[in-house]
Formats: sequence, structure tokens, C-alpha cells
Amino acid sequence: MHGNQDRQGYLGRALNWKKGLIVGLIFIGLHFLPWTLAPQWVHIMIMIFLFTVMGQGWNILGGYAGQFSFGHALFFGLGAYTSTLMFIHWGLSPWIGIFFSCFIGIMMGLFVGYLSFRYGLTGPFFALIMLAFAEIFHMISISWKAVGAALGLLIPLKGTSIALMQFVDKKPFYFITLWMMAGALYLIWRIEKSRMGLYFLAVREDSDAAEALGVNTFRYKMIAMTISAGLTSIGGTIYAQYLLYIDPDMTFGVLNSVEIMIRPIIGGPGTVLGPLLGSLVLTPLAEFTRLAFQSYSGVYLMIYGMILVAVIIFLPDGLIGFAKAIIHKIRREAR
Amino acid sequence: METSSLLRVVGISKSFRGLDAVSDVSLELNPGEILGLIGPNGAGKTTLFNLITGFLRPDSGTIEFLGQKLIGLEPHHICKMGITRTFQIVKPFSHLSTLENVAVGCYNRTADVREVEEKAWEILRFVGLDAKALEPASSLTTPDRKRLELARALGTDSKLLLLDEVMAGLNPTEEGQIIDLVHGIRESGTSIFIIEHHMRVIMGLSDRIFVLHHGVCIADGDPRAVCDDKNVIEAYLGKGV
Repeated sequence: MHGNQDRQGYLGRALNWKKGLIVGLIFIGLHFLPWTLAPQWVHIMIMIFLFTVMGQGWNILGGYAGQFSFGHALFFGLGAYTSTLMFIHWGLSPWIGIFFSCFIGIMMGLFVGYLSFRYGLTGPFFALIMLAFAEIFHMISISWKAVGAALGLLIPLKGTSIALMQFVDKKPFYFITLWMMAGALYLIWRIEKSRMGLYFLAVREDSDAAEALGVNTFRYKMIAMTISAGLTSIGGTIYAQYLLYIDPDMTFGVLNSVEIMIRPIIGGPGTVLGPLLGSLVLTPLAEFTRLAFQSYSGVYLMIYGMILVAVIIFLPDGLIGFAKAIIHKIRREAR
Repeated sequence: METSSLLRVVGISKSFRGLDAVSDVSLELNPGEILGLIGPNGAGKTTLFNLITGFLRPDSGTIEFLGQKLIGLEPHHICKMGITRTFQIVKPFSHLSTLENVAVGCYNRTADVREVEEKAWEILRFVGLDAKALEPASSLTTPDRKRLELARALGTDSKLLLLDEVMAGLNPTEEGQIIDLVHGIRESGTSIFIIEHHMRVIMGLSDRIFVLHHGVCIADGDPRAVCDDKNVIEAYLGKGV
């Protein structure tokens, strides 16, 4: 049959060597960046990478599978507390603790997911259930002395030690978070173009229609939950090791849920690059406004709010949709 | 042995808060058959489809497909076994392309991307949507959405399709195209159970017609015989004075 060749490749992975080369060069180039940047910029880059990882975590569940979570701080907090408590009490290296964090986060995710999805709770109900569970753990962590209560936990610094994931310098964290981000982006990219990715989108678009076409919607929501909870918990552990201090508000707090979800939402939910783009724009903005309005804590949240409103009104597909539209326009004009 | 029938429904009933939507309905569908399902509004036609495909659970009765019981199975499981339904109110995956919409159905039988893509294109050509394959489903017109609904169901490679008013809202030309498609599907060996309001269409299309009225079967048989049936005429037009 004629014309068959040009009818292939619209599904599945389509990364030509040109794009692959650009991505590869950017990734290699990023390895030299910390030596050229001022320390506070290295810090901002670490935050960008870390929030991209967790943004991807939120994205796979909220953006792709359409299960909008308003409580991802739950997984972040579980991840942070699990590895930290294991280190403080048993001296367990966070490198091993991170697996436990991941495990606990996933178990919690599957529990909440089972409760919600088995009984058909989606949309706002699911969002509120996630919020409720995050708040339950918020309350527990505030009042339970054994986990530091409201004062939080200080991770004893034992000097630079690769084995204990402790570094006086910021650069090692730059590389850890960079590679983790690369891994998360690769994972989501692989999933997006697979059957699983398409099924996630089908579940998001219309759950009944997906069921009728043979998609086990419950199972795929649970898979999305697993990946999502895992990535976010890992982020929590790294964050704790980086700051060497955690407290209930910054881990299980509602604001942290907002921090995690706002980047993929503004960047473009349900896309591979959306969380990265959102993080690139919002993370520096948050850091700088926090510095600039130090005496007025919470101003950066008002700025978040304004950006969110603007993006929802003017860029419903997020920054990535806007960027694509511009590229499309430039290409058309070039022709 | 009665294993020759593809689908066997025996005495199923479903009521919603005391209202009997479907009561004690039994029917058989033979392989390769086009069975028409008609009845006035609110007769329980879509409810019957929902019961067969697992979207609703009957209060009583049994449903067997190829000798296997379907009661209690979830819709996706029933689809895997070989029954796919379409929805009266079309449910396209709006933000996905037409091709991706069909691919969701095609993935029912294989996880191989290339195979799925090939099959999806083939189906899109068959239903005449290949020119719009890369456009988002939200941009499709009503007749095209009906076609897409059909195309996705075809992708699942099922032995039995339950088509719920795939021609509602179409003009005669478009209706004719869908009728040709349905004939084409049957020729490929798929059995069809179809709900349709348009009498002329369903009379010409079906091998046999099943009539529901207030959730009860009032006629089952040859299209012409059903058309002349006193009960059917009464159900549609009311009793003569």
C-alpha cells in the first residue's frame, strides 16, 4: 500500500537524533554550571531540580491520570520523616533510608488510593481526601514528641560524608538532584508514549469510556499513585538531607502541597517538560520574593496566586502550551 | 445443547428505587447476527446495555457470554472477554487525537505500539476518519464523533458490539454511511446488538428485532413480524379508541 510509511510514528516514542543531541548537550552542559554560578544560584538550581522531580510525581497522577491531589505534602513529609528518623535512631544511611521512604510513601499512596478509587471518589473528593490525610500526618507530627513534635528534627551533621549523604558543600546536592531530575524526566517520557501513558490519559479524559474499551481504570489509577507517591517521597528525603532540618509545617503543611503542585500546573500538566518549565519560572521567583519581602512573610504566596489566576485565564495549557504555540508560529513564519 | 448462542440473557431485572427499568428480560444473540433493540423512550434499552457490559449490576438473572457468566465482572473485564459497547452520549477523549482515541481501543489486545498504530490507521480508513487522524477529538463534528465512537469500539477487536444509537442526530446521507459501516463490521464476523430509534433504519439493518416497553420484552422476532405486532404498535402509538 502506498503512503504507509508516513502513517507510522505518530504513536510511541519519536525522538529524532537532533532533539536527542540537544537534550544530551544541555544535560552535559549542566554539569559545568555549579563552578560558574554563585552559591545562592546553585541553591536555586538545586531547588529547581528537586521541585521538578516532585512536580513530575504530582504530574503523573494529577496531570496524566487526572486525579487531582491537593495533599502531596503527605508523601513529601513521609519521605522526609522516614529517612530522618531512621538516621537519627539507627544511624541508617539516607541512601538506604530513601528506599524505606519510597516504600512507606507508596504504601500510604496505595492505601489512600484504594480508599478513594475503589469507591469511585475522584475530582474534588479525591483532592480533599489527599488534603485530609496530609493534615492528619501534619497534626501527628506536630503533637508527637517522638518525632520531634512542633520543633521538628535536626539531622546531626557529621561533616562531608558520601556514605551518609551529608555534604558541607552544595555541589554534590546539585549533582544528586540533577541526576534525579534527569531520571524522573526520562521515566515520565518513557511512560508518556507507552500504552500505560495513553491509558492514564484515557482515564483522565473519560473514565467510563476507558473502562468500556478494556482499561482497568482502578488499576491504572493505582499505578499512577504508586509512581507519584514514590517520586514525591524521594524528593522529601533529599530535601531533608539538604537542609538537615525538618519540621511539621514545611513537610506536611498545606503550603508544601501547593508548592509541589503549582509548578506542573503552571508549567503544563500532563506534559513531560511542564513541571520543569514551571519550576524554572516559579522557583527563582519564590526564592527572590521571599528574600525581598522577608518582613512580610506570605507575599510570595500572593504572587503565586496572581500567577496562577493569570495562567488559568490566559494560558489554559500552561507555559508549555504557550511555548509550543510560539514555536509553531515562528516555524510557520519561517516557511 | 444451547452453546450455539453468543450471548444469553436469562431473566434479568433491575430497578431504580422501586422503578423497574428492566424486568425479567431474556434474550439470545447468535454468532454473526445483527439484533436490533427498539422501544419508546425510557423503555430500558440503555439500562439493558449497561447491565450486559457491567456498568450496572442486575438485581436478578444471569448473563452468559460464550458460556461464561458475566454478572459481577467489571466493564474492562467484559471488554477483554469480547463485548464492547458505545455510548449514546458520545464520550470522546477530547484532548487526545483521533488516532490516539482509536489506539486506546486497539491496546485492548496488544501492547505493541507499531501493531496498534497500524491497526488504528486501518480502522480510521475504514470509518473514513483518516484525514482527521491527527486532529484532537474535540474538533470533530457530531457525525465524526459518532464514527469515532464506532472506530474505538472496533479497535478492541470484540466478538460482539453493543451500539447505542450511533445514528441519532445524523442526516440521511450520514445515516447511510454508518449503515454501510455496520454491514461491513458484520461481514468481518462481528456480531452486533444495536439500539436505534429510526424505524426504517433498524428494520433494514437487523436480522431480528427485540422490543422493550417499560422494561418488559413485548416482541422478539423477524423485523416485519415485529412491525405488524399489535403490542408494538400499541406501545408506540397507544391504544386505538
